[in-house]
Amino acid sequence: MTSQEIFEQLKRKFGDKILTCEEPAGPVPPCGSGAGNSPALAGLKIEPAALPEVMSFLKDSPEFYFDSLMCLSGVDYPGLPAGEAGHLTVVYHLFSTSHNHKIVLKTTVSKGAHFIPTVSHIWPAADWFEREAYDLLGIKFEGHPNLTRILMPDDWAGHPLRKDYQYPKEYHGVPHS
Amino acid sequence: MSLIENRFDKNLIVTTADYFINWGRRSSLWPVTFGLACCAIEMMATGAARYDIDRFGAGVFRPSPRQSDLMIVAGTLTHKMAERLKLIYQQMPEPKYVMAMGACACSGGPFVKDSYAVVKGVDLIVPVDVYIPGCPPRPEALLEGLMRLQEMIKKKTIAKISHSKLKIED
Repeated sequence: MTSQEIFEQLKRKFGDKILTCEEPAGPVPPCGSGAGNSPALAGLKIEPAALPEVMSFLKDSPEFYFDSLMCLSGVDYPGLPAGEAGHLTVVYHLFSTSHNHKIVLKTTVSKGAHFIPTVSHIWPAADWFEREAYDLLGIKFEGHPNLTRILMPDDWAGHPLRKDYQYPKEYHGVPHS
Repeated sequence: MSLIENRFDKNLIVTTADYFINWGRRSSLWPVTFGLACCAIEMMATGAARYDIDRFGAGVFRPSPRQSDLMIVAGTLTHKMAERLKLIYQQMPEPKYVMAMGACACSGGPFVKDSYAVVKGVDLIVPVDVYIPGCPPRPEALLEGLMRLQEMIKKKTIAKISHSKLKIED
């Protein structure tokens, strides 16, 4: 199933909770033409609040059966100088081992209230991915069983991959540069 | 410092003892396993049959710092790891030596600018005896570094060093 077909089916079922289907930057190879080397996938934008419902549906329904969460990544869009506010985005790459199709979902929150529902109860693989996104970008996942830092030390200040991150002068007495 | 060090004046007996003590120390170095990144692969190659660091008496990599007297810091040291490195160094019995292997361990290497996580040189954490540049250094370079360390150990003495002499040398 192509991303466009999945988008249309989801749109029919969930309505306004599925926002748009972004066009991919390059040509999309036909599914089943060898997984792993596809250059671009269309990204479906969805509301953060609809995440658990949509994700459970995508995993459990027999026509989609996205049983594998390939990747969960966080992105910081710093905003434009013209006044557009910055926002944080979480990108989910899903893969179905039985149908051999892939999909990309994106959800966005403003920097002020960066709460996104967890999907770690749907795919246990999301547990550490979400901890990484929290550690490096400060995205808080609601309902996560153990949302602590995974890469940086526990007493580290700030989230290093934020575009507005200020480098510390020293850490535990060790000068930084 | 160990019990016999810095207790006797320099004389014939002490210098003869130095000869044997330094021979023993430099010919039987026991490195603690401390591979942190890709330099560790070169360190393993140096330990294996082709380059064979055992020819110089430093081939038995120990999993415990308490059985070691040489720490080859092979790879990128992060702030999170720095505390562990310091702890392991402190657990090693005297006399102990540190070799900084590779650009990262010497100075931070490619991470020297714009890295939030990397310590810019192991010498910010523990005293370093030998720096081995390279990214990563070839096994020959590590062996060269080891031989330099052995030369350094050769020149050490257990005799009392007077402070006036220290000042002149410094």
